[in-house]
Amino acid sequence: MLSIGLGHYLTLAAIIFTIGVVGIFLNRKNVIVILMSIELILLAVNINLVAFSIFINDLSGQIFTLFILTVAAAEAAIGLAIIVVYFRNSDTIRVEEIKNLKG
Amino acid sequence: MIAHSVFFYIFSLIAIVSAVMVTVSKNTVHSVFFLILDFISISCLFIMIGAEFLGMIMLIVYVGAVAVLFLFVVMMLNVAEQKGQWFSSRWDGGTHIPVGLLVSLIIFFELIIVIGGWKYKPDLLNSLSINMSTEVTNTRSIGNVLYTDFILLFQISGMILLVAMIGAIVLTYRERAGVKRQSYVKQISRERDEGVDLVEAERNKGVKIDA
Repeated sequence: MLSIGLGHYLTLAAIIFTIGVVGIFLNRKNVIVILMSIELILLAVNINLVAFSIFINDLSGQIFTLFILTVAAAEAAIGLAIIVVYFRNSDTIRVEEIKNLKG
Repeated sequence: MIAHSVFFYIFSLIAIVSAVMVTVSKNTVHSVFFLILDFISISCLFIMIGAEFLGMIMLIVYVGAVAVLFLFVVMMLNVAEQKGQWFSSRWDGGTHIPVGLLVSLIIFFELIIVIGGWKYKPDLLNSLSINMSTEVTNTRSIGNVLYTDFILLFQISGMILLVAMIGAIVLTYRERAGVKRQSYVKQISRERDEGVDLVEAERNKGVKIDA
């Protein structure tokens, strides 16, 4: 309990991942919160990679975390741009009113 | 060692609580602030565990850029009217909330089972490619590897950022009527004859300019 091992970090990552998944499932408020939940999920993945990288003494996990960070930033920028365009066209970003995207 | 564990529990507790608040919070601006708090505490964990370069990059990229971008978009779009509602204004009797909770719980327990009953492959530690040495700092060892072994991935990630930037600009660009714009072609292709006009000025009379 007192000495922090790999399992502690993995459990923390699992909890944050699950919270992100819950946020995607439950949120019908607006799309921005869903994007934030996706950021939470990516954060949990980063915790996993960094913890493994430290505990088995291999640097490539941290390199991959760096690339995940890059892709997450690009994804947030594109997603927010799409949200801005959608809001400009239809004056709402509530999830329950976005029905034009079906097929 | 005790201080290490105490700080781990403090930071992870803050991270979990703020992650819950991101999804549950009624005001979207508050959600963004809790997201920032989450990133800060996770980067504190990274610094504590020994990945200080990633912790700092996390602070710079996420807190400094991505979260501020979220904040900009939340404040730019008119989402303040949705402040008072939690999940949905009209509950249409759908089953998405219990089903979503069930699926998330299943995912969580699967992850916990995997974490609980997991072992290293016996020959894993011999097959590692890049070992970390204790003499070189974290930032320096990442730099040693990133620009040599991972140079292709590094440049591809730069291309991804470039494409994302161009995509965001193309998506949000719109022509507006009534805005005076610069015309480079017109500026460059301007000749001397159009710009300069030699006038023979009469004495004591001056020159009328408006032709």
